[in-house]
Amino acid sequence: MTAIAPSTSMGLDNRKLGMWTFLASEFLFFGAFMSAYLLYIDETNRGPGIEIFDIPFTSVSSFVLLMSSLTMVLAHNSHVRGDMRRMRLWILATAGQGMVFLGGQVYEFTVFSREGLDLTQSPFASSFFFLTGFHGAHVAIGVLLLLGLYSLSRTGKIKPGQDVKTEIIGLYWHFVDIIWVIIFTVVYLIPELRG
Amino acid sequence: MSTSGTQAAEAVEHDAHEGHHPTPAEYVRIALILAALTALEVSTYYFDFGSAGIPLLIALMIVKFVMVAGFFMHLRYDTKLFSRFMYTGLGFAIVLYTATLLIFVVDANQ
Repeated sequence: MTAIAPSTSMGLDNRKLGMWTFLASEFLFFGAFMSAYLLYIDETNRGPGIEIFDIPFTSVSSFVLLMSSLTMVLAHNSHVRGDMRRMRLWILATAGQGMVFLGGQVYEFTVFSREGLDLTQSPFASSFFFLTGFHGAHVAIGVLLLLGLYSLSRTGKIKPGQDVKTEIIGLYWHFVDIIWVIIFTVVYLIPELRG
Repeated sequence: MSTSGTQAAEAVEHDAHEGHHPTPAEYVRIALILAALTALEVSTYYFDFGSAGIPLLIALMIVKFVMVAGFFMHLRYDTKLFSRFMYTGLGFAIVLYTATLLIFVVDANQ
């Protein structure tokens, strides 16, 4: 296959490099909220603390988000192979799972609020809701990106051979999943063991 | 960046990826491993692992992180520069926030 000399100085797609740079900075963003949560984990202001968490329910949400990473990578794989119909199917599956995750978060926040844990109740509550709320916002943006990708593919604006576009959105989605892997362990599971 | 430059970069990326994709079956296998690791994580809620519980959770978190980053984000198959971006950002965040938390812990103990 003839090598095509790219016009970029490093031979890499600028958009992909840009996404990786953005994701690297997002670690700092989420790191700040995670640190705040760890700092205020015992500052419950005599209100509800970690005992309010429903680990079985959150485990199901976590599993759904994990599997959405699978469907996302299958979407990219389909795009690489030029199978745009299958790519759109997997994109919809990924977006659907993302929406299921968001629905789970909304339900969880509603239950917590009803049981006395709301945003301003205590430093623990604020740090928890900011961390998981911002993560949820990232998931919501990811769902919008996926639906946009689906729509552009349907209208023929994204073609076979342009799989970098799917890959870039996939990188964002996998990052959101990776952050939840960390949140689920640090916010939910480890504090439960700590007691 | 010109449209033809973008197309050229896409072509190089696409060509570079051609021989480096796991098959869908391999992706499913990786996802099943991740699901099993998640089940093991959740089992710490139901079973008492004693003092090994927290180290086990941290180890599982790291393994899942590396697997998603390596296989699903294609870091294993892509240029090492992207891995450097990812792990530099992560490393910087860990160092910065560990230092920040230590300041509060030391201050509280004084």
